[in-house]
Amino acid sequence: MVTANHGVFSPPAPPDITLENLTEFPEGRRVLTCIQCGTCAGTCPYGELMQYPPRRIIGMLRAGELEKVFTSDSLLNCVACYACTAKCPRGIDLTGVLLPLVKEQVLLRLPEMPAELQKALENKLRYGNPMGESPRKRAAWVKTAGVPVRILHEDPRPVDVLWFVECYSSYYPRGQQCARAIAKVFHALGVDFAILGNEEKCAGECGRLSWERGLYNTLMEYNMLVLGKYQFKRIVTSCPHAYDAFRYRYTALKFNYDLMHVAPFLAQHFDRLKPMLKRKASCTVTYHDSCCLARHSSVYEEPRLLLQAIPGVKLVEMTHNRVNTICCGGGGGGMWLDTYYKAKGYERLSERRVKEAIATGADILAVACPYEISRFEDALKVLGYEKKMIVRDIVELLAEAMEV
Amino acid sequence: MKIIVLLKMVPDVVEELELAADGKALDTEFLRMIANELDNHALEEALLLKEKYSGTVTVVALDAPEVDDALFTALAKGADQALKITDGDGTLGTRAGAYRLAQTISSIPGLLPADLILTGAQAIDDLDGLTAPLVSHLLRLPQLGIVTKVSVDTTAGVATVLREFPGGVRGEYEVKLPAVLGIQAAKKPPRYVPVAKVRAAMKSQAIQSVVAPTAADGGVCLLPVEEMTKPEVTEHAQMLQGSPEEIADQLCEILAARGLL
Repeated sequence: MVTANHGVFSPPAPPDITLENLTEFPEGRRVLTCIQCGTCAGTCPYGELMQYPPRRIIGMLRAGELEKVFTSDSLLNCVACYACTAKCPRGIDLTGVLLPLVKEQVLLRLPEMPAELQKALENKLRYGNPMGESPRKRAAWVKTAGVPVRILHEDPRPVDVLWFVECYSSYYPRGQQCARAIAKVFHALGVDFAILGNEEKCAGECGRLSWERGLYNTLMEYNMLVLGKYQFKRIVTSCPHAYDAFRYRYTALKFNYDLMHVAPFLAQHFDRLKPMLKRKASCTVTYHDSCCLARHSSVYEEPRLLLQAIPGVKLVEMTHNRVNTICCGGGGGGMWLDTYYKAKGYERLSERRVKEAIATGADILAVACPYEISRFEDALKVLGYEKKMIVRDIVELLAEAMEV
Repeated sequence: MKIIVLLKMVPDVVEELELAADGKALDTEFLRMIANELDNHALEEALLLKEKYSGTVTVVALDAPEVDDALFTALAKGADQALKITDGDGTLGTRAGAYRLAQTISSIPGLLPADLILTGAQAIDDLDGLTAPLVSHLLRLPQLGIVTKVSVDTTAGVATVLREFPGGVRGEYEVKLPAVLGIQAAKKPPRYVPVAKVRAAMKSQAIQSVVAPTAADGGVCLLPVEEMTKPEVTEHAQMLQGSPEEIADQLCEILAARGLL
């Protein structure tokens, strides 16, 4: 087991893209091809609240006046939802490259870091999870899984699927319900799976997108070290943020494992899964596309395929779906900035999204990201809709239909 | 201005504390140590004072698991020097720890006199908040504890501090420097330091190890621990149910029955 005896900090990582060396990287040079059309600002869910929306930031960068941008805290509203990146006609990866670098400078210049965010970052470094829970309790949910869940450091035999559970599914009570559902569905399908248990640490959210590069590198190096200890054929994760980090960021450390989010993975087993979905649901479901999984990685249809396979489910779409989805507000560190946004009088994106979901007339808001369960359940309560609609992870709905 | 911050590692209560087999100490197998929260406030206050009046901040800590992380973090935040007192088994009580700190900082040439020696007003293993008073006693310096505000008149060599008392009472004091202050809260919450900065500090800066001078005893009485126990579990809370009126009635009955009304 990798222990924390040598401290939580690991040696420095290889050179990374920064604002200073931006033009030495192809993705950095691309930023300068901006045609100032403003699509980014128009598509940004918080665009109207930003003193410096992405278009203006690039303008200021070209004018050599980026320093002025750093003095406004408006970029803290960036929830790293990839909307601007997806819509940019020049193919500039705003969310992945420019915005986190600017955000980093904004945060460093704040007279005080928002307390909730600071705590989450410090917790991730020290305990490997943003909640500040004991790393020794990360796999505690396994005891209540109802099916055997192999933990690799206890039984290190090679395994087919290494399931990267992540923080919210490991610790947050509602997330644990989802983790149990995944374990049961895997078990029922006869998937050979195991987890890292207490050795797992947060993948780093969507990498640099929560701005803290050093923290992200530390977590990345740690997780790569742990993954390297075991033999497995693929990594399946139920967290789109971990999926995003692995797919786009861990490659810097030569991550080349076969990687899947749990929804496409289960869709691969569709022919065997379908006949197991016996219990009729009789409900209307609307599905929320998560930014990392859907917009950034184009996983749109598999979750819908799985939902429609459940007998009695009628799937309806929200106005903003697929590439046009609206962020739940949790990305890019937004998960820990709710109090900050609220203090500024901004509408929470989770509330905006829930209003859209309610407008569909659906009974169930289905999600595929552990952040969204808590965010949307809270938003439903805040808006007084908690009796009208429930939030379920798609795997929870599958497990219910399988009666496992 | 020259400021010394005394930093101490305490058990991290995120992990459940377990008793060692001999029932006299904490089980160290899964125990993790973390910098005392109020010492972090003392460091923050020191850094704010340095930013305002210029000068140097030296952090001094007794060796303990994970103390290097805490000291490199302090350097990354802006401390100028980090000293680690390496001898000692890390299980010193408050009194012996304070003695060792006082003894060591007075033995390092050029470290004293400092204008201010700051430390946390309390720690989870020092609820009486004795570190600052003991150190000040040993160094023969004035001391004020439970301090929430510090400003300094560098020409007059005087600090004005706000000290908290129970019941929301606060007192403003003037203290001649050098002095020892037990910090309850810095003017601002302890700052965030990006991990990259800490990692850079680990590459470019060093923690200086110092050995405490041989204890001449100095009248320190090391109180041996005879027994350590977990808190006794008491009865659970009684939840009152019913309408607000019914709950109010029940509450009055309970208070009356206990002789509190």
